[in-house]
Formats: sequence, structure tokens, C-alpha cells
Amino acid sequence: MGVPSLLNWAVALPEIVLTLAGSIILVVGVFLRRGKRFFPVVILSIAALLLTAFLVFLAPSGVGYSETFVNDAFARFMKLLIIIGGGAAIILSVSYRGDEQKPLPFEVPVLMLFSTLGAMLMVSSINLMALFVGLELSSLAIYILCAAGRENVLSSEAGLKYFILGSLASGLLLYGISLVYGYTGTMEYHGLINAVRSVDALPMGLVVGIVFILVGLCFKLSIVPFHMWTPDVYQGSLTPVTAYMSVAPKFAAFALLLRVMLESFGGIAPRWALLLEAVSMLSMLYGALAAIPQSNIKRLMAYSSIGHMGYAMMGLIADSVVGVQATLIYLAAYLFMNSGAFACISAMRRKGYEVFGIEDLAGLSKTDPGMAAAMAIFMFSMAGVPPLAGFFGKFVVFATAWQSGFYTLVAVGVISSVIGAYYYLRIVKVMYFDAPVQAFDRPAPSLMFVSGSMSVATVLFVVFLGPLMTVAQQAAVALAG
Amino acid sequence: MIAQLFFYIFAGVLLFSAAMVITVRNPVYSVLFLILGFFNAAGLFLIAGAEFLAMLLIIVYVGAIAVLFLFVVMMLDIDFSRLREGFQKYAFFGLCLGLVLLLELCMALSHWKMIPPASVVSLTANVQHLSNTEALGTLVYTHYVLLFQACGIVLLVAMMGAITLTLRDHSTSRRQNIARQHNRKSADTLELVTVRLGESVIEHGGILRPKGSYDEIAAPGSYGVEESKCLYKEEKGE
Repeated sequence: MGVPSLLNWAVALPEIVLTLAGSIILVVGVFLRRGKRFFPVVILSIAALLLTAFLVFLAPSGVGYSETFVNDAFARFMKLLIIIGGGAAIILSVSYRGDEQKPLPFEVPVLMLFSTLGAMLMVSSINLMALFVGLELSSLAIYILCAAGRENVLSSEAGLKYFILGSLASGLLLYGISLVYGYTGTMEYHGLINAVRSVDALPMGLVVGIVFILVGLCFKLSIVPFHMWTPDVYQGSLTPVTAYMSVAPKFAAFALLLRVMLESFGGIAPRWALLLEAVSMLSMLYGALAAIPQSNIKRLMAYSSIGHMGYAMMGLIADSVVGVQATLIYLAAYLFMNSGAFACISAMRRKGYEVFGIEDLAGLSKTDPGMAAAMAIFMFSMAGVPPLAGFFGKFVVFATAWQSGFYTLVAVGVISSVIGAYYYLRIVKVMYFDAPVQAFDRPAPSLMFVSGSMSVATVLFVVFLGPLMTVAQQAAVALAG
Repeated sequence: MIAQLFFYIFAGVLLFSAAMVITVRNPVYSVLFLILGFFNAAGLFLIAGAEFLAMLLIIVYVGAIAVLFLFVVMMLDIDFSRLREGFQKYAFFGLCLGLVLLLELCMALSHWKMIPPASVVSLTANVQHLSNTEALGTLVYTHYVLLFQACGIVLLVAMMGAITLTLRDHSTSRRQNIARQHNRKSADTLELVTVRLGESVIEHGGILRPKGSYDEIAAPGSYGVEESKCLYKEEKGE
């Protein structure tokens, strides 16, 4: 237990600045004239995220706040991914108009900022209490964001559904934490790892606790069998919110999963590896199979994200530095292609109204070749076609799992990515070979910026793969080394 | 000995009232049992020597939350018996699930064995010389200050959510204009009409609405007030 002089407050500098910035932006928004609030608030929010990203590099490494908060290479890597994902979602919300053609409530970008803050706290937590508080902060903001489209019944449904199921998952997580605390007497990760290493046979209650914690985190990641909420919530939420949900909170939950499983229960990896192997296989297969009959592109993206989380989990199961590195590479690739795909989905509008049918994309290559090309890049990348980002992501996780001897897992992964390629390529086929339907509205510059930059990142992933590998390796060593 | 006796009394009443909270039909009784439960839990805290927590439980939970809850239950006309209609249908299934969970818990708890280092780990700094409140204060405001502040942000987000999701600030909503309300005279709103014997309000065009005064305080669009007539102009809502 640290003493006050060991508070070491500077390790949380980005979080402190983001908190202050969020509060100030909120007050500024309240004092602005009605109807003219959204745009200044959203610009300020993007500026706040840029500042935070800059501070992530500046903040010193180390443990602070009486062993509740850590800043290391891993935290830095994940925080940057989260900030990029959150920033992309906020940029997507700039030009977003609901069915009544009005801008979003100005609270939306501010809530995204606070949710990002929660995600950053989660990434840096080395104490189960900090984990829970960060998770709740991040999720609570997302529950509200999901229901933010108040004129839309589907949005209210999404918010309510996610809130009820999410609270249940939080309850399970908290129960697991209390069991772990009851059996080990500590909530700090390094205390936990000492405790589990000191005994030969784990107490039954501790195992139950670990499983409950896993269930709570898998819910947030929408891993099968805790995925039921995903398609409805993705479909009902406003498109920028869906784009946000599919990236930042997922990364934070993944960071938690890596930290908790490797830092505190790393000594007993063979005991939980089988469990994670099973849910990973189920997620990959379910994500591939259930997406096939979908006609709504947002639902399709929901199943796609279920599948992707399954692939990313393969690196964790390998339980090694290389495994963590592979997972981090996969998440980085997922960030670029997913944010880009959502920018394209946001651009699907006719006469100001959003359309989400896959058949609405028919003949897009004739009506808007640029957008069709960008969407095709993202779909090819998600299907894992070389030399795009998704291919390298899949390649590293498969290679790691193969080296660690999880042959069944790799086989299931390959099969499900072949099945998954069908529905990704179907979108490309609809865009390029079907007869054109009515053209979409001209996309807003903000959407073109996000989809353009993300498609460049997806195509040129191979160029910065080398440096990314190095950074990811440093992060992985900080965590599992 | 006497402490043990009180423990069983408090624990017994606590269990009883907790069971009553979910079984009684009348929601008001249910909240009252909840308050009884809080009091007994506070008693348990007292026995454990955590007098600060005991008082906190009474002040915060009984004083604020339960009373607020009681208000909500009494003000909202919720038909709780209708909410419970599905209860019978799912009772068996729920009972089975509960039983399975209980068995699992029994299995887990029957093997209760703390991991050896746990018994020597001291969670708090040396607090022997500190009072209850001081020890708690050191933990919350010094050691776990980050978590404390993060909880504050969680509450801020919850407040933002309540406002964002429920405040319907349409152009037709009637907002207060306090200066105008204060400036109103009775002559502006009252009109005396002589009604002859045997006539009803129907002959006078129904119930009279005050002339003009609504226009002054209402936002455009409400009660059929035309925008051009409205004295109280305002920006369009977002």
C-alpha cells in the first residue's frame, strides 16, 4: 500500500486533462445559443482528443495512485488506438443528421469524450476496483449514446436493451471480483499473481470468480455466447455511435482481458486457455455464419465484429509475448478497416435519409466510384485479402496460435474466415456488378476524410507494419514479459 | 455473548425484511420493509465496529434514497400487480435456475480456503491508532483518490444522461418567463361576463380563455397561438 508521497499523479496526466477538457466543453455547450451548439462542441472535442493523444506520449511511465493506475508501453499503445477510434467516431458525428434533419444533441461528443476517458482508465488499471470504475464510466456513457436518437424507436430499444443486459454483465463481473477478493485477499494484479502462484490447487471459489470476471468482459466484447445484444444495439444506435461502440470500448475490454488474464492469472494459463479457446472458436464461426442472411449492413457489421473479436482472442490464448503482439496488431488493423467501413456506411443517404440495405449499394461503382473503391478496400481487408491490413492481422494471430500448438483453433479460424469472405465479397459484387440504383447524396467532407484516410492506412498497412510490430512488441513485453 | 444475540436478531430481521421486500404485493409496504432492512444492516455494521458506515447507511440510504423511492412509488401510478403477471409463468424456470446457482455457490463456499498469503496481507495502512472515520477518509480521499474522482465522473455522466434523454425542449413546450408572470395584472387575465339565468357557457362560446395573456407567456405554437401574434419571441430549438 503506497503512502501519499507515492501518489505519482503525473502518470494519469492525459486522463486528468481529458476530464477537465470534457467538463469545460460541457459548460461551453450549455452557454452557447440553441441550434448553434453542436458544431463548436464537436470541434472542441476533437481538439481535446488531439491534446490527450499528445499527452499520452508525454506522461511518464510508472505506477501511481496507490497501486491502482499504471502507465506503460502497453497502456500507451492501447490508449492511442482508443483515441484514434473515438476521434474517428466524433468526426463521423460532425455531419450526422437524424431523420428530422437536425444535428445531434451537443452532449453526444461530450459523452464520447467521457466514454473514452473510462476506456483509458480501464486500460491503465492494475486494480480490480479501478477496472470496474473505468468499465462503468465507459459503459454508462455508451448506454446513453445508444438511446440518444430519441425520435427513433429502434434507438430507444437499443439503449434499453444494452442497459439492462450490460447491468447484468456488470453485476456478474462485480460478483466475480468479490469472489476473487474473498479468496485471495487482494485486488491488486501483482498481489493476485503472487496469490495464485503460491498454491498448488486453486480454491473452487477463485475459479468461479475468474470465470465470472471472464463472462463480464466477454459480454462487453460481444463474444459468443454473450453476443445476443450486439446486432440489435448496432442496428438501433445512431451510426456515429455504432462506429464508436465497435471500436473504443472493445479495445478497452480487450486490454482489460489481456491485463487481467496475463498479469494476474498468467501463472495458471492452461486452466483458462481451454475456456477462451472455446468462446473464440464459437465467435469466429457464429460471426461468419450468422452474417450470411443479413440484409442490413449495420447488423452485418455487428456479426462481423463478433467474428473479429474471436480472431483477436487467438493471440491471448497463446499466452506469450508474441501472442499479445499478434493481438495488438490485429486490433490495430481492425481499427482502420472498421472505422473506415463505418464512414462509408454513414455516407449512405438518399435525400437526407439514411439507408442501410445492402441492396442500396447496388451499382455504387457507377454512381460514386470513390466511395465504392473505399468500401471495397475495407471489405477485402476484413475478408483477409493480401496485401491489406486485415490479411496481416489474421496472418499474425494464426501464425502465433499455430506455433503455440492450437491447431484446432487455427483450423476453425481458417474455415470461418473462408466462410466470412463470402459475405464481405458479396458486398463488393453488389457494388460492382449489379445494376445501379438511385445515387446517394454527396458525402460530407468529414466522411470523405475519415474513409479516405482509413483506406490509405488499410492499403499502406504493410509499409508501417515493421515499426508497428516493434511498438507492439514493446507493449507486449511490458505486459507479459 | 450479548453481541452474538444482537447479531442473530439483526441478521434474522434483515433476512426477513429482504424476503418481504420482494414478496409483498403493495409497493409501499415493500419500500417500508426495505427501510427496515437498511436499519438492521446498520445494526450489523455497528456490531462489526464500523460505526461510521452504520450512520452513513442510515443517513444516505434511509434518509435519502429510500424516501425518494417511496415518493416515486406513491407519485407514479404503477400497477405493480400487472407487472408481476408473468411471474407465475416463469416461476418454475426461475426457481430451477436459482436452485442450480445456490448449489454451485454451496459447492464453492464449502471449499472455502483463503490463499495463505491473503491472511497476512493488510489492505489498509496501519490504522490501529486511527478512528473509523479517519481510516475511511485516508482510504477514500488519499489512497484511492483516483477512483473517488472517477466515481464523480460516473455520476456526472449519469446526470448528463438523465437530462439528454428526458428533457424535451421542443419549440411548443411552455417555458416560464418570470418577468412577464410578475408583470401580469388581474385585469389582463380576468374577464367578468354576465350570464343570464338559464344560459350555460355554451351560449358564450364555451369556457373562455383569457385574451392575449397566453400569447405573452407561451412559446409559439402552443395552444394554437400563432407565431405572428406571439409577443414572446425566441430562438428555434435545436
